[in-house]
Amino acid sequence: MTLTEFIEKFAECFNQTPAASITATTEFKKLSEWGSMLTLIVIAMIDADYEKTITAEDLKASNTVEELFEKVKSK
Amino acid sequence: MSLFTVPNIKLSGLSACVPKNTEDNLDCALLAPADREAFVNTVGIRYRRVAEAGVTASDLCVTAANQLLDDLKWAREEIKILVFVTQTPDYTIPNTSSLLQEKLGLSKNCIAFDVNLGCSGYVYGLSIVGSLLQNMVGGKALLLVGDISTQTISMKDKSTAPLFSDAGTATGLEFSLNHEIHFNLQTDGKEFDDIIISDGGYRNRVSEKSFVEEEHAPGVLRNNLQMKLDGVKIFNFALREIAPNINALLTEKKIDKETVDYFVFHQANKLMIESVRKKLKIEADKVPYSLHDFGNTSSATIPLTMLVNLSHALTTQRVKLLLSGFGVGLSWGSCCVETENLVCSKLIEV
Repeated sequence: MTLTEFIEKFAECFNQTPAASITATTEFKKLSEWGSMLTLIVIAMIDADYEKTITAEDLKASNTVEELFEKVKSK
Repeated sequence: MSLFTVPNIKLSGLSACVPKNTEDNLDCALLAPADREAFVNTVGIRYRRVAEAGVTASDLCVTAANQLLDDLKWAREEIKILVFVTQTPDYTIPNTSSLLQEKLGLSKNCIAFDVNLGCSGYVYGLSIVGSLLQNMVGGKALLLVGDISTQTISMKDKSTAPLFSDAGTATGLEFSLNHEIHFNLQTDGKEFDDIIISDGGYRNRVSEKSFVEEEHAPGVLRNNLQMKLDGVKIFNFALREIAPNINALLTEKKIDKETVDYFVFHQANKLMIESVRKKLKIEADKVPYSLHDFGNTSSATIPLTMLVNLSHALTTQRVKLLLSGFGVGLSWGSCCVETENLVCSKLIEV
């Protein structure tokens, strides 16, 4: 499980946001596409690819993609 | 887990009734225009059926049941059991099933009671009716399952309004040797408030405060007499519990997954069901969906999907079904049932 791989998978969850614009320091909740749909899509991705459960509180506590990655890693 | 088998019981027929009145989520003002298509693609719900004011779940179930009794050619006096699964009864008191017994012209020798369950209600209902019917030689029963959830939600709440839809269904069951249904039923009351209408019962009586609308998040306005749904928690609940529940049923009852023709899931959310389907490694063509056209009809989604998507197979073949319901309670369960030449009434729209 690497940060680079996580960023790739995270970026694949988006439809309109270009993958190249998503980096470790991206504050993902500030992206215009982010919302309740993306929340579920990201939770489903993390469940399927990392077999980890991410809660609403975890997402609330994570601002950047890297912070979310660390949260997943710590589970 | 509560794993058990009910012998001597078979499904004989199925019918459903939905309101004609249809709402399109691509016109849903609660969702930003740019989000509407994404919602339909991700959650999977485009159209919702909405009952007119004054129409109850029992009204839809009566229409469905009358059609089914005609199609099955069952006499009213043959029905020994009537179970009505709903969370939208006609009255707080009495039980709606008593009114249904009268409206359907059933005998006074008929057992009739309500069951307060939502999304898991069809599977639970089959287990309850089956358990009563298994020793009643020659007995016939009606399982009526339906809700008018659109009456329970705030039209200013984007977390519920684009999801729910109304329907009533009727399932005919009868005593039959050499038939059985396997069940695995579960409950977790710790998360009882993930889906809740907090006021209007006897814990929190209706008060002036009950009608005060609050904004819980942008686009999520409701009062305490309207349904709250914690979408993320319910999503995680489904990801956590549904696949293990089904795998336990298959393992314990020695059912080869490959021999199951169709897995019919409660129609809550396409992304959720697809995630569970992939966990279970089930082929996509074994998982039917009705939610695009009919939304989340709560307790009625499983029989409605069977009728709308599988009628041809159910009426002409021997079919092994795995049914899985999950939601409010939290309550969930699965069952494995084989049907043969099931009588499927044409979908009724009123």
